[in-house]
Amino acid sequence: MPEVVIIDYGIGNVRSILNAFQHLGIHPILTRDKDSVLNADAVILPGVGAFKHGMDNLKEFDLEGTIHSYVKTNKPFLGICLGMQMLFDESEEFGTSKGLGLIEGRVTKLPVKTNHKLKLPHIGWNDIENTQDINWSSSVLKGLSPGTSAYFVHSFAAVPAKKENILATANYGGVEFCCATWKNNIYGLQFHPEKSGKDGLKMLQNFISLI
Amino acid sequence: MTSPKTRLIARIDVKNEHVIKGIHLEGLRKVGDPIKLATKYYIEGIDEILFMDAVASLYNRNNLFHIIQEACKEVFIPITIGGGIRTIEDIAKALHSGADKISLNTQAIKNPELIKKASEIYGSQCIVASIEAKKRGPNSWEAYIDNGREETGLDVVEWAQKLVELGAGEILVTSVDKEGTKKGFDLDLFKAINENVNIPVIISGGAGKLEHLKEAAQIGDAFALASLLHYNINTIQEVKEHLKLNNINVRTNA
Repeated sequence: MPEVVIIDYGIGNVRSILNAFQHLGIHPILTRDKDSVLNADAVILPGVGAFKHGMDNLKEFDLEGTIHSYVKTNKPFLGICLGMQMLFDESEEFGTSKGLGLIEGRVTKLPVKTNHKLKLPHIGWNDIENTQDINWSSSVLKGLSPGTSAYFVHSFAAVPAKKENILATANYGGVEFCCATWKNNIYGLQFHPEKSGKDGLKMLQNFISLI
Repeated sequence: MTSPKTRLIARIDVKNEHVIKGIHLEGLRKVGDPIKLATKYYIEGIDEILFMDAVASLYNRNNLFHIIQEACKEVFIPITIGGGIRTIEDIAKALHSGADKISLNTQAIKNPELIKKASEIYGSQCIVASIEAKKRGPNSWEAYIDNGREETGLDVVEWAQKLVELGAGEILVTSVDKEGTKKGFDLDLFKAINENVNIPVIISGGAGKLEHLKEAAQIGDAFALASLLHYNINTIQEVKEHLKLNNINVRTNA
């Protein structure tokens, strides 16, 4: 049984991620213990809420360095929602805050012109597309087709500096944004795979298959 | 440019571990088992589930948490829980049970600071402010509490705007007049709130046939279904196909 760790840094609700993995027969450990993270076969960084709050908590529990060391081992790492955003260099949410800097780029507010049919936060189901024409078969999106729907809740999104780090995009009100990122063993999903039905569960299964 | 996908939310009102359905939020009748229904709707392709404890705010208790715990092991779409949530501790408990969002009505009116505090701690994305609305005149509605039993004197649109200021992430508005009647949503109410707040609005109460859904989807981006599903009037697939035929963008690859 692979050792899967969900980083517990006191932010967001991880019950549904745990439930999703348990449904797949995996029993992740929820922990902030550095050795457990370093020795895991796969690590998930969850998170909802404000970017700075997330980074502050990672710092408070002294987990930044641990995450960097883990990532260097080349074992799979997945950031979900805020966990994806924190992979990048910085975010413009409430002024500029520094991120983990694992993938080059920044996090900016979705430049959507809102109206009574187009609101922020972007809450709901949206299609994930393969606008960069990438072969998804070696990624967490293996076996999924462009046009698959996933559940989103966010106002900010990552803008990777390099196109090669864009795994998938989504379009909200005419604004195309990166909804899945990858760089070597690092993955990030802006949407919630644990809340995206069968297709979302498949992504989590794919992630485990990277072990 | 494609418009955002309309969200179809199955509303499951629960009383003493049974799914119930009333008319105007009263005269409750048992229609099934909440976990079984939630799982069925999930498999059939509903986009979200909303569990409401129908009596909690009357008797100051909440017995939904263990139902949520079980449902969340089978249902992998967003789940909202409401009814009788009074404190930050209740919210923590609801989220820990596996709910993604909590819905506040009575307590939001009695103690608006709760919305503010809750959104600061857990983020606006998990705070759904619920409004029970009764029409009091042309384009005018009043907010009610305790399942449409007690008036508050608050104008619904003004209250909705206040809820946004306090930090609500979404607004769920239930028309007490239409609830359970299967005669269609209060579209004017939906329109009035949707046009006056900048966060997503969910309309609830009155959906009884497919035509009602198209009208609602043209106004805002989310609606709740109860009778229509609980009484097997239409399947979720029929609902989605009907909306697609009418050029409404919905999630279909479930």
